[in-house]
Amino acid sequence: MRQPLIGAPLDRVEGGEKVTGRTVFTADVVLPGMVHGVVVTSSVANGRIRSIDAKDALALPGMLGVMTHENAPRVNAGGSPPMPSLLFLLQNDAVQFDRQPVAVVVAETFEDATRGAELVRVAYDAIAPEMDLETAPAYVPEQIFGEPADRHRGDPRAAFSAAHVRLEQTYRTPTEHHNPLETHGTIAAWAGDRLTLYDSTQWAFGVRARMATVFGIEPELIHVIAPFVGGAFGSKGQPWSHVALAAMAAKMMDRPVKVLATRPQMFAWVGHRPQTEQKLSIGCSRDGRLQSVIHETTSETSAADDYVEPCGVFSRGLYAVPNYAMSHELRRLNISKPTYMRAPGEATGSFALESAMDELAYELGMDPLELRLRNYAQTDPDSGKPYTSKALRECYRLAAERFDWKRRNPEPRSTRDGRLLTGLGMATASGGSFRSHADVRIRMHADGTVVVSTGTIEQGTGSPTAYAQIAAEILGVPYERVRFEFGDTSLPYAPLAAGSQTSSSVGSAVTVAAQRLRERLAESGGRVPPDGIEINVEEKPRPEEDDYAQASFGAHFVEVAVDPDLGSVRVMRFVAAFGAGRIINAKLAESQFLGGIVWGISMALFEETRFDLRTGRIMNANLADYLVPTNGDIPPVEIIMAEEDDQHVNPAHVKGIGEVAMTGSAAAVANAVYHATGVRVRDLPITAEKLLGGARR
Amino acid sequence: MKPFAFVRAPSGPAALSAMASNSRASFVAGGTSVLDLMKIAVEEPDVLVDINALPLRSIERRGDVLLIGALARMSDVASDAGVRELFPMLASALEQSASPQLRNMASIGGNLMQRTRCPYFRDVATPCNKRSPGSGCGAIGGVNRSEAVLGTSSACIATHPSDLAVALRALDAVVHVTGSKGDRDIAFAEFYCLPSETPHVETTLARGELVSGLSVPLPAAGVRSAYVKARDRAECEFASASAAVELDMAGQTIRSARIALGGVATVPWRSPQAESALAGAAASCDAYERAARAAFAAARGFGGNDFKIELGRRTLVRALEMAASS
Ligand SMILES: Cc1cc2nc3c(=O)[nH]c(=O)nc-3n(C[C@H](O)[C@H](O)[C@H](O)COP(=O)(O)OP(=O)(O)OC[C@H]3O[C@@H](n4cnc5c(N)ncnc54)[C@H](O)[C@@H]3O)c2cc1C
Ligand code: SF4
Repeated sequence: MRQPLIGAPLDRVEGGEKVTGRTVFTADVVLPGMVHGVVVTSSVANGRIRSIDAKDALALPGMLGVMTHENAPRVNAGGSPPMPSLLFLLQNDAVQFDRQPVAVVVAETFEDATRGAELVRVAYDAIAPEMDLETAPAYVPEQIFGEPADRHRGDPRAAFSAAHVRLEQTYRTPTEHHNPLETHGTIAAWAGDRLTLYDSTQWAFGVRARMATVFGIEPELIHVIAPFVGGAFGSKGQPWSHVALAAMAAKMMDRPVKVLATRPQMFAWVGHRPQTEQKLSIGCSRDGRLQSVIHETTSETSAADDYVEPCGVFSRGLYAVPNYAMSHELRRLNISKPTYMRAPGEATGSFALESAMDELAYELGMDPLELRLRNYAQTDPDSGKPYTSKALRECYRLAAERFDWKRRNPEPRSTRDGRLLTGLGMATASGGSFRSHADVRIRMHADGTVVVSTGTIEQGTGSPTAYAQIAAEILGVPYERVRFEFGDTSLPYAPLAAGSQTSSSVGSAVTVAAQRLRERLAESGGRVPPDGIEINVEEKPRPEEDDYAQASFGAHFVEVAVDPDLGSVRVMRFVAAFGAGRIINAKLAESQFLGGIVWGISMALFEETRFDLRTGRIMNANLADYLVPTNGDIPPVEIIMAEEDDQHVNPAHVKGIGEVAMTGSAAAVANAVYHATGVRVRDLPITAEKLLGGARR
Repeated sequence: MKPFAFVRAPSGPAALSAMASNSRASFVAGGTSVLDLMKIAVEEPDVLVDINALPLRSIERRGDVLLIGALARMSDVASDAGVRELFPMLASALEQSASPQLRNMASIGGNLMQRTRCPYFRDVATPCNKRSPGSGCGAIGGVNRSEAVLGTSSACIATHPSDLAVALRALDAVVHVTGSKGDRDIAFAEFYCLPSETPHVETTLARGELVSGLSVPLPAAGVRSAYVKARDRAECEFASASAAVELDMAGQTIRSARIALGGVATVPWRSPQAESALAGAAASCDAYERAARAAFAAARGFGGNDFKIELGRRTLVRALEMAASS
C-alpha cells in the first residue's frame, strides 16, 4: 500500500543544497556591472545633520559616489496602509533614532564601500533623545492590526472589585531584535523605467507595492525576485529603507547596486519587538473560576510611526472569563520603528497572562494545570463562536503525562538536586490562525511531471516540500515529480508570509488547484494533452470559515535547575504538545515548534536590547553581546502533536504552526524558576541579578 | 576595515624587526581578537605581523616550572596531560572560556593581550578613554552591567576579560618577553596596569615586545584548587564573576591561600585581603564568607554592575568550597 504523503516527515527538498552551501540567497546574487552600496548610520538618536564630509571616502580608489540628503533623488518616503512606516531615504537632515541611515557609499567592491562608509564624517546638532517608557507622553492608538485597540465584554471593573481573589501585577518585556541568520539585503537594477529587485523578504508583492509608491511608478514596472530567505521572523515582512536606498543608488550611479545590512545594522532600521509594560488585574472565585481579566499594555513606538504590540490578543480569548477588557497605549521614543516579531503580542502577552495565572494558582493553592482546566474555553470567549478545532485539553493531558507533572510537589523551593533548586512550570500556548488571498498555477506536463507556481517566498520553513506533498497526495503522483516555483512577482500572487498564515493561505490554494487538476484529469480519462494541463486558482477565505474561531493551541511543561548562590538558571527538560490542525510534514512542523520553544527559552533567560538612555545608542548591537542561547543552554525538547481533524478551517485543513510555540514558553520557564526558588521575576530576561536577592535564603 | 599589509615573520628576530620598522604594526597570532577589533575599527594597524611560524608552541616541564609557549593554543593547553594533572584549575579556566572553535585558534599570548569587552570601547561612535584618551568614559553613567567593581578609576571601569589570566594571577606565573633590547621576565603581578588616569596603557609590555611564553611554578604537593565562573549563558560568554583559588591545607586548617578574581576587576585581581583572612583559619563556610567580604570590602558598583559585588563574593565562596572539598 502507498504510504500517505500528508504528514510524512520528509526531508526538505533543498536540504542537501543548503548544507553544502549551494543555496542562493540574495547576497549570493551577482549581476553584470553590479556595484556595492554600504549604508552609513547615525551615531545620535535625535537631532539634525549639520554636515557630511565625504572627502576622504571619495578619495578612495574604486569609489563611485556618496549619496546623502543633499544629493539623493527625491522620492516618496511616506507610507500608507498596509505598509504605513516612514522610510528613511535621505530626504532631509532629521535624525530620529540611533543608527538611522544618513548616507550610502557606493564603490566597485564591498570592501571599498565598507571602508568608504567608515571614512564619511557626519556632524550633528544633537538633542537629548526621549528614551524613557515611564515618562514619555502616552497616547492611545486608533487601531491594532485593523481592529480597535481597546475592547471589553461584560463589566470587568465591577467584576474585579467584587471578586473574592484579586491579583494585580505588572509584567515587563524588553526590546528584542529578530536577528535572522541571513541579514537583510537587496539588489536593485534599473532598465529605463523598469526596476528589478532581488530582495530578502517575506512578501515579494509587498515590496513591489511599496516601491511603486516610493518611486511613483506602476507596480507592473517592478519585478521582485526573492531567492531563498535565511530566516525573517517578521523583520522582513515589509520593505525597510535599504530596499529603496539600493534602488535610489542604482538610479544615481546607473549601475545595479547591492546593499546588505551588516549584523550591527540588523539592530538599526529593520524593526524589533518593542518593550512592553503590561498590567494585569485578575478577579477570581475561591474555587478558581475567573471572573474578570483586565489587560492594560503600554509599549514603545518610534517618533514617526504607530506600531502597537497587541498583547491583548492573547488574553482576550484564552480562558472562559465573562468580564474582560484590553487596552493599549503607546509612548513615542527615539527608537526605530518596532514591528511584528514572531508571535507579535502573543509572545509578550502570554508572558504576562501565563505568569499571572501561575501566581493566581499559588494564591488559590491550586495546581496551575487545574486552574487552566477550570477555565477552559470550549467556544471562543471573544467572539462567542465555536472553534474549527481545539485539542488543547488533549495537549494538556498528553504533555503532562509525558512530563510526569503529577509528581510535582506544589510547594515552591521544595526540591533540591545537590546545590541546585529544581522547579517545574507550565503554561498554555495559543496562536491565532487565519488566511489571506493567494493564487496558484498548477501545470501537469505530458510526461506526468507537475509544476506548482506561486509568488510566495521560502524563509526556511520548508514550504516547497510541504506544498509538493499536498499536490502529490491529491494527484496521486510520486512526490519527486512535483516541482515548486516560488519567490517571484511574475508568478501568481501570494500574501505576506507571516502570522503563521502561509500554509493556510498558499496551502489552501495548492489544495484547491490540485483538486481541480485531478477533476480535469478524470474528465479526460487520465490523459494529459501534449501541451499539458494548466489550472489557475484564486483562493480567498470563504464566508463560512467566518462562522468559526480559528486558533492553534498547546501546552508547555518545563523543568529548571537554579543555582541559588550564583543566580544561574539551566533549563533541564521541556515537553510540549500542540494541536495545530492537519500536519503536512511532521519533521518540518517539529522544527517550527522546536524553534518557538528555543526562542521562548531565549526570551525568558537571555534576550534584551540594551540602550544607553542618555544617548539612545544601542550598546549590544551584535551577537556576542546580545545573548541568544548556545547548544549548552538548550535541554532535550520533546514535542507531541495532538491529532486534529479540522474540517472547517480551510481547504488544506491546516492551522498556524509558525508562532504558537513561541507563546507561553517564556512564561513556563519563569513559572518553573518561581517554583524552584520562590522568586517571581516579572521583568524579562531572568538574569542573575534578579535572582541573587531571593534565590538564596 | 582599513587596508593593511600582512607580513609572515619566519623567526623571532624577523618578527621584532617587522614591528620596529612600523609604529603602527601589530602582532597577530590566532587573530580571534585583533581581527575582530579591526573589523569594528577599534584597532587600525598598518601592518599585521603573523607570528605563527615562531617555535613557541611547546608545553613542557622544565625544572620547577611548567613552560607554556605563547603560541600554544588554548585547546592545546587545556588538553595537555601535564597541565591537567598539575594545574587542573588552569585547564578548567580554559575550558570555560569562549567556545571550542575559538579555543582551537586562540593562542595563550593573544589571550593575555585581548582587550576589554566594554561596549563603549568597542563602539567608535561613543566616548572611551581607553580607546581614545581624553574622550571620556561612556560606561560611567551608561550601560555598565559588564564593568568592574574593583580597581576602577574615574577614567575607566572596564574589566579585563581573560579567564586564563585570572588563573595565572593566582598561580604566580611569570611572563617571558623578548624585544629588540633582549629578553626579560615580568612577574604576573607586574604585567597588567590599573587604569588610573591612563586606561589606554594596559600592560607593562613595551611596544614591539613579544610575549614568548609563560612559566608557572609547580604547585606544592597536595594543594587544592578550583576555578569557578559565573556567566549569563552556558558557553561562549565572558565571566560576570570568576574566582581562581588554590588552598594549601593541613587537615581542615588552611595554611595559606592564593586567590584571584575575574569579571569583577579592571585587571586580573589578586586579593591579599581574602588570602590573609584565610591564612591559619579552619576551612568553614564562615571563613569563606569572611574572606569574600574582605575581597570585596573596597568594591564599588556603578549601577548596572552593582550585583557583581554580591555575585563576586558568592563566586569566591563557591570556589573555596570546591577547592577545599576537591
Ligand atoms: C565570542 C568570543 C568569546 C570569548 N570568550 C572568552 C572567554 O570566555 N574567556 C576568555 O578568556 N577569552 C574569551 N574570548 C577571547 C579569546 O580568548 C581571545 O580572543 C583569544 O585568546 C585571543 O588569542 P589570539 O591568539 O586569537 O589573539 P590575536 O587576536 O592574534 O591577538 C590578540 C592581541 O594580542 C597580541 N598578541 C598576540 N600574540 C602576542 C604575543 N605573543 N606577544 C605579544 N602580543 C601578542 C596581538 O597583537 C593582539 O593585539 C572570547 C572571544 C570571542 C570572540
Ligand atoms: S570603562 Fe574604560 S573601556 Fe569602557 S568606556 Fe570607560 S574608559 Fe572606555
